Amino acid sequence: MGNPNVGKSVIFSRLTGVRVIASNYPGTTIGYTQGFIKLGEERAEVIDVPGTYTLEPTCEAEEVASQMLDTGDVVINVVNAINLERNLYLTLQLLEKNIPVVVALNMWDDTRHRGIHIDLDKLRELLGVPVIPTVAVTGQGIKELVENIPRAISPDSPVRSRDERWAAIGSIIDQIQRVTHRHHSWFERLEDASVKPLTGGIMALAALGGAFMLIRLIGESLINYALDPLFNNLWAPVLLRLSNLMGGSGFLHDIVIGKIAGGEVNFIESFGLLSAGLYVPLAMVLPYVIAFYLILGLLEDIGYLPRLAILMDTIMHRLGLHGYAIIPTLLGFGCNVPAVLSTRILESKRERFIAATLISIAIPCAALQAMIIGLVGEHGGQYVAIVYGTLFVVWIILGFILNHTVKGFSPELLIEIPPYRLPSWRATLQKLWMRVYGFLVEAVPIILGAVLVINILYFLGVFNAIADFTAPLITGLWGLPKEAVTAIVIGFLRKDVAMGMLAPLGLTAGQLVVGSVVLTMFFPCIATFVVILRELGVVSMLKATGVMITAALVVGGILNLIL
Amino acid sequence: MPERKQLTLTQMRIGQSGVVIQIQGGHGLVNRLNALGIRAGKRITKLSSMIMRGPVTIQVDGAQVAIGFGMAHRIIVEPVQAIK
Repeated sequence: MGNPNVGKSVIFSRLTGVRVIASNYPGTTIGYTQGFIKLGEERAEVIDVPGTYTLEPTCEAEEVASQMLDTGDVVINVVNAINLERNLYLTLQLLEKNIPVVVALNMWDDTRHRGIHIDLDKLRELLGVPVIPTVAVTGQGIKELVENIPRAISPDSPVRSRDERWAAIGSIIDQIQRVTHRHHSWFERLEDASVKPLTGGIMALAALGGAFMLIRLIGESLINYALDPLFNNLWAPVLLRLSNLMGGSGFLHDIVIGKIAGGEVNFIESFGLLSAGLYVPLAMVLPYVIAFYLILGLLEDIGYLPRLAILMDTIMHRLGLHGYAIIPTLLGFGCNVPAVLSTRILESKRERFIAATLISIAIPCAALQAMIIGLVGEHGGQYVAIVYGTLFVVWIILGFILNHTVKGFSPELLIEIPPYRLPSWRATLQKLWMRVYGFLVEAVPIILGAVLVINILYFLGVFNAIADFTAPLITGLWGLPKEAVTAIVIGFLRKDVAMGMLAPLGLTAGQLVVGSVVLTMFFPCIATFVVILRELGVVSMLKATGVMITAALVVGGILNLIL
Repeated sequence: MPERKQLTLTQMRIGQSGVVIQIQGGHGLVNRLNALGIRAGKRITKLSSMIMRGPVTIQVDGAQVAIGFGMAHRIIVEPVQAIK
């Protein structure tokens, strides 16, 4: 346990070998993760607890932390050595509980160049528990920490009031810590510049613009130079041979390979398991998932995101949120599921509702974006821009409406800003791999399942029945061909597959824009749906769904009239 | 002549240092700010403030903290003379 952003998750990974997502901003860990270590002959369970400043919780992530305390036998209190005074408040609270504590004094390497001198022996004596200096990112001190876990003790501190605790901390700090003067580093000048209105604004535009261009560059390069050649030159001939073996048509043939027109495989329009079922996730979506999470990971590890939160705070308040909600929102561009989960870092239920609703309506996930860029982009970049522009306007207007209709007020921003750090390539790539692996094992089976279901439903004629039934809405309001309803229905399973289903319909650019926007807004995919339900409850879920459907109907209709 | 004026955090100049005198607010606010190391008697330095009543960023000990405008408005600070 420990304050936010002191490196608990990194220490946890070092202790247990379990890989967890760690970033350079407070609130990365919102649930808890378990792992095991060997202590002599025994196997002990270790739990990674979300960060908290006190045992009197102020948000849901902190509540989780306080509850976890009761389940443990020993607390490893991770403390930030460069900010000892504030970190000791939680330490003293822990020492008052009847539970053995060992302190890991993390980021020990940073103290020297910050001119901080800490008398370790004196600190051990004053706290009455083992104190081990560690550098979690390099692994220094972890062995000593493990050796000292059995030596953790509970010193039976008297229960103090808040002011008494601070007084005690003051006296400890006076005895053990000396701070010498040092000069401003280059990093710190950059830190200051990024939270000032003018320079910060320029930096934010540069960072986000640069991030967007890099993501497109990496994503497109991967598609054009690696995956497209691979599929076209190696996989297509295999499929054609297989198609011949299976007789070139028939129910089973269409499920496995899809319809083959003119002796050529069109990977999107041949809607089979081995054609679109593999091409969509691996050659269209995966490249952008890799590109997005690489850039996001870098921004996270540098420590830029909380600074963006400060810059966005004024705008976000108009939407009923405060600046920190920008972090779940950015995560949403990767996948809406972790985004909705990470709204736990927001203080009130109202904020969480607004943030989750806005994310699931107006933020397309990386998979959907990849398909939008791939399909709409064929008609020209301006159409992609219309899709993003519309979603952005929807985000602003809807947030504004929600802020004025949902009862309550938006709490104020209060966050600690981490120092900038140079990301370690190893850690960043490891995090990228975890996220990409997560996509592969979670998304690919669902995509294959969706393709299978679609083919069976087509075969049974179910889609035709639905299409006739919903034609007034789809054609009348949105100006899409009635077959497009199948995509809307499948959008509940996977939006990237749904987008792919629009490809064979021969839509105009305008219709594709309407289709993309409606697909993004209309309904969350099943995974997001379940998470919202679990996180916000049935009532909020129903409300959010109502908002989504209404908004999609209205916006789709308006777009149809304009385009 | 030494200044002994008290200001709110929002009124401080950027780069100015001061000692926190009082936090005007309920128990909840005081607790949250205390947890981040902001409490009476603490020396802080204002680093920046956003336009349009945006958050104020301060340095307190080894950490930087961003505080929403309304909260910053309730933190009373006595500026200290720069030693130069």
